[in-house]
Amino acid sequence: MKDPRHLQLMALAGMLIYGLGWLDFPGPRWVYLLYPVSALALQWLFCRWRGVRFDFRSPLISSLSLGLLLHTDSWLWVLVAAAITIGGKFLIRVDGRHLFNPTCLAIVVTLLLSGRVWVSPGQWGLGAFLAFAAACMGMWIVHHTRRSDITLAFLAAWSALVFARSGWLGDPAAIPLLHLQSISLLVFAFFMISDPMTLPDRRLARIGFAVVVAVTGYVLQYHFHLNEGLFYALAVCTPLVPLLNRWFPGERYTWPTGLAAFRR
Amino acid sequence: MRLWMLMLCLLPAVSQAFCGFYVARADTGLYNRSSKVVMARDGERTVLTMANDFQGDVKDFAIVIPVPSFIEREQIHVASTAVIDHLDAYTAPRLVEYFDPNPCRRLYRMEMKAMNAAAPGEGAVARAKALGVTVEARYTVGEYDILILSATESAGLVTWLKENGYRLPAGAEAVVGSYLKQGMRFFVARVNLDEFARTGFNYLRPLQVAYETPKFMLPIRLGTLNAQGRQELFFWLLTRRGRVETANYPTVRIPSGQEIPLYVKDRFAEFYRDLFARQVEEHGGRAVFTEYAWNMAWCDPCAAQPLSRSELRELGVMWLTGAPPVRPLPKPRIAPPRPVDVFVTRLHLRYDARTFPDDLRLHQTGDKSNFQARYVLRHPWDGSDDCPEAKRYRSELLPQRLRQQADNLHRLTGWPLAEIYRAMGLGEPPAPEPWWKRLWP
Repeated sequence: MKDPRHLQLMALAGMLIYGLGWLDFPGPRWVYLLYPVSALALQWLFCRWRGVRFDFRSPLISSLSLGLLLHTDSWLWVLVAAAITIGGKFLIRVDGRHLFNPTCLAIVVTLLLSGRVWVSPGQWGLGAFLAFAAACMGMWIVHHTRRSDITLAFLAAWSALVFARSGWLGDPAAIPLLHLQSISLLVFAFFMISDPMTLPDRRLARIGFAVVVAVTGYVLQYHFHLNEGLFYALAVCTPLVPLLNRWFPGERYTWPTGLAAFRR
Repeated sequence: MRLWMLMLCLLPAVSQAFCGFYVARADTGLYNRSSKVVMARDGERTVLTMANDFQGDVKDFAIVIPVPSFIEREQIHVASTAVIDHLDAYTAPRLVEYFDPNPCRRLYRMEMKAMNAAAPGEGAVARAKALGVTVEARYTVGEYDILILSATESAGLVTWLKENGYRLPAGAEAVVGSYLKQGMRFFVARVNLDEFARTGFNYLRPLQVAYETPKFMLPIRLGTLNAQGRQELFFWLLTRRGRVETANYPTVRIPSGQEIPLYVKDRFAEFYRDLFARQVEEHGGRAVFTEYAWNMAWCDPCAAQPLSRSELRELGVMWLTGAPPVRPLPKPRIAPPRPVDVFVTRLHLRYDARTFPDDLRLHQTGDKSNFQARYVLRHPWDGSDDCPEAKRYRSELLPQRLRQQADNLHRLTGWPLAEIYRAMGLGEPPAPEPWWKRLWP
């Protein structure tokens, strides 16, 4: 399994099946089927239009992440989210590659546009969180590349901020630990910010980018009380990436399967 | 010395004057140390209503609540207890009854009955300054004397409160310090005995505070400081868009809709208390339970009529101005043509400092689907017809269903199966099959 996306797919699908089967997942069940189906269909259409080869992996990962995070009971908003995920990838491009992380863009835009969608970060419980954290870490160890350093840099910066805040407030350690125990945080660190196609190419620029996203997210979450602060932070900071790549040029990333940048 | 009563926490052993699950003959000592809080919220506008069931000497009553901003006199109000009791009754877990039709005539007759589960010193200023405490305002509202306090550091505030006759639980200083650093002030209320005598009531009415804040949360940390075991909180949220859940703890719907044996009708309070306790344990004590989530215009079945427009306004639903009034429905089981713009969520949690270390951080979802804690009693058909369907009903369907009801009850409450079978007149329960019999069938 050379392509890390296969393991990612298994981890996401496992979590989604657990959420649907054993947790009190909100909303109708068909939503979680409509996400992947509509994302795959749209990817296929865009590939036809652009004349590139269709690959199921990236749209499936994006849509499973959407299913884990973005809840709704409206088929219209499922389609809108899927359209932003896939459309954003093909239409918003800078320097020959897509700018925004597809899932993150869809979450931010739909949250801003509608009260019919929401993110439920606290619904998983400690057991599921630890299992998913272990799977993510295992995946990271098996498949880490130089670019995966951003996940660690981000997690380190975010944990440092959360612990520093509670240290300053004089809170017991249970409170920052509870704040870190979020499935949103795991999906964000291991599936979104780590998307190699939307990252700065040079290591120092990547680590700097991770710290900027963590600080922005922290400010949005703890000073502006936005529960989804991290997603907004990544969307706001993403336009920095092409600038960083111009200032610190490095080697372009391609998926191990050798396909071009359009795949994701 | 005044007792120190923290947000959502009643110090003395308080007997229960409320909580939602009583049927007529329920034990009044059902829940210990419980609080009722209603929060109406639209955007950043928030109205918090806190009811307490304080039964001790009113001079011992005091409550301290962290609030996000300075509070003017007009932002404080005393509500009637009746409106909270009505909300409690409307949203309470309920028992419904069905009657089996005659299997020979295939006539479908259903009756339904909701069981209402409703039950029932000036010199101190200088000293304060020296300690870094500012008494920002003093008000008398209804039977309450209220202080708005801010402080530069927690030790000074804690010292000031102790010197002014409040008994502080251990660990209060760290929590007070955390709230102060988050820019919060403290709202301290105690009973003005003269005003209390003038009200003519023999109980304390709910206190209400209106404020604006981007923080959608309920502070519970101060309430966890007393080493009196777990506390019970009933928390209603009145919002516009949909169901509210906690962002930092799992919010779980309480199991609902199961058929249970008929004899539970007289033991409904005990049944629900044991069911809730079992759910708390199954989730490691770390979950918040949804007991009701419904558009405020109707109910099916109704444990009580929906709240009127004036009742909703009293609870702080500030956005109803100009909207069509909510009328009590002549046939409450039928959905009205137009839902009102108010969605109610009833949350119930049992908490202590270990299982709920942080405040309740909340968020509103777009989920408008209706949910209620509802349990079903199904009366068997007792006619004497002798058609083949009736024979099959008596020999197969009914015994099977009774066993299923017994299993449901056992699973939901943990009551011993043998006891349930006896109470249902079913004899002895089947012995559990040894595991090896399933290995090589």
